[in-house]
Amino acid sequence: MIIKSLSRRGLILGGAASLAGCDQLQQNQSVTDFIRVGENLTKSTQRIFLSAQPLAREFKPSDISPTFRANGTTSPSTDEYQAHVSTGFSEWRLAIFGMVTTPATLTLAQLKAMPARTQITRHDCVEGWSAIGQWTGVPLRTLLAQTGVTTGARFAVMHCADVMNDGARYYESIDLFDAVHPQTILAYDLNGKTLPVANGAPLRLRVERQLGYKQAKYVTGIELANSLAKFGGGRGGYWEDRGYEWYAGI
Amino acid sequence: MTDASAAPQTPAPAASSPANPARERIYRHSRVVRITHWINAICLFFLVASGAQIFNAFPALHWGQAGHDYKNVFLSMRAETVNGQARGITRIGPIQLDTTGVFGLSRNNGRFENRAFPTWMTIPSWRDLAAGRRWHFFFAWIFVASGLVYLVHGFTSRHFARDLSLKKDEIKPRHLWQEIADHARLRFPKGEAAKRYNTLQKLAYGGVVFVLLPLMLLTGLTMSPGFNAVAPVLLDLFGGRQSARTLHFISAFLLVGFIVLHLAMVILSGLANNIRSMIKGYYEIEPEKPA
Repeated sequence: MIIKSLSRRGLILGGAASLAGCDQLQQNQSVTDFIRVGENLTKSTQRIFLSAQPLAREFKPSDISPTFRANGTTSPSTDEYQAHVSTGFSEWRLAIFGMVTTPATLTLAQLKAMPARTQITRHDCVEGWSAIGQWTGVPLRTLLAQTGVTTGARFAVMHCADVMNDGARYYESIDLFDAVHPQTILAYDLNGKTLPVANGAPLRLRVERQLGYKQAKYVTGIELANSLAKFGGGRGGYWEDRGYEWYAGI
Repeated sequence: MTDASAAPQTPAPAASSPANPARERIYRHSRVVRITHWINAICLFFLVASGAQIFNAFPALHWGQAGHDYKNVFLSMRAETVNGQARGITRIGPIQLDTTGVFGLSRNNGRFENRAFPTWMTIPSWRDLAAGRRWHFFFAWIFVASGLVYLVHGFTSRHFARDLSLKKDEIKPRHLWQEIADHARLRFPKGEAAKRYNTLQKLAYGGVVFVLLPLMLLTGLTMSPGFNAVAPVLLDLFGGRQSARTLHFISAFLLVGFIVLHLAMVILSGLANNIRSMIKGYYEIEPEKPA
């Protein structure tokens, strides 16, 4: 009987062989596309539970991490960005454009004069680590209320100043569901001080119910759009174009 | 479900085979149990191996709400320099182990690489966090769906009440000790006693079904920033996101331990009989030897 001749060694070898089989599955595009149904299921399920727009947990000042780890770009190398560093970002502009009724270009001073929100939240990196920091910034919904949003607009795309190692510019996108959430802010302060360059100076998006790669740093522009197809690789973000999920709520 | 009424004690229509007249066949596993068992087995295989891939992206575990470095870790598995040489070091609390070759530092295409779990334990074998996450969440959904079917069936068919509930006599220390001693000597129940799960089986299956697997799901959800906003109470229950990540890892480790023991017992207590019972449902009872 075949089953009886199966030794434990055979089972172990079988296990290793099936893992090698997984590598072949991994290289099969239709398989990788198919298992993306998990992402859609996660997004639609979480969105049902999030329909009342609950807030992400806010922590006590004593919970703030002693150092706030920086990942990805820690100092954009372009001459343009370095010039902004030397002038203390006084010439930095945030452009809000695309599917808005009144496009706007704002200086940091103008942003800082607007009503701000301060929140102590946890930043979860997709890698598995997390850090708690206090962020201060302008709620995105305040900005969008000023510019107005054209009917049909679905996404807010963040244009960023950092160019990654492979030469592609960083960008990110969120949908309007997250864009109008009260904790979604464009932060200019971290832990009560001006946002450091390593953490995204002078402006960084906080979208607190998603993972770290959604928190775009060095934001220069916010473009409202009805589709993500024309940006980068078309999947809605730098890391999304490299295989990561667009919905990073898990 | 017609098979829901089939208790393990119910003799099968074809009670014994002619070659082995003394052997009795019982219908041991209902169809729902058999199907969900194999779905679960496939899910756990993928979940463990893709989980190892995800862990490799940040091979350190912390207690508390946050944690991002290799200080004050509960566990870490990475390459560290010892006497000027790269070694794979696994730290668990105050314990430090040199695990070069397996954990922390292992070969990938012949070259040593800083990776917590070796290539042969991860999906995919190469480093790819995005792919690992996709596999993990895909099979997590199937596992949850299959688990729900299993639980609803287990309660409504009274499978749990009948087969997994512990009787008073079974949890007496003397009885437990006797079973442990019998298992250690590989003496498995025969006759009437083999028609039921023994106490160690009930404890192991019950522990997995009602403690470990729900813990896996809940600690997994506690790592989700989206679900944190839905149910922040989970952060309080587990003591924070990084604690939940640590508990997720520990319960996965215990699950793997269960699977190893389970497979060993399946092989040692009659491989063909056990596998047939989990495929077709019928289990052969070895008669008790006359005293």
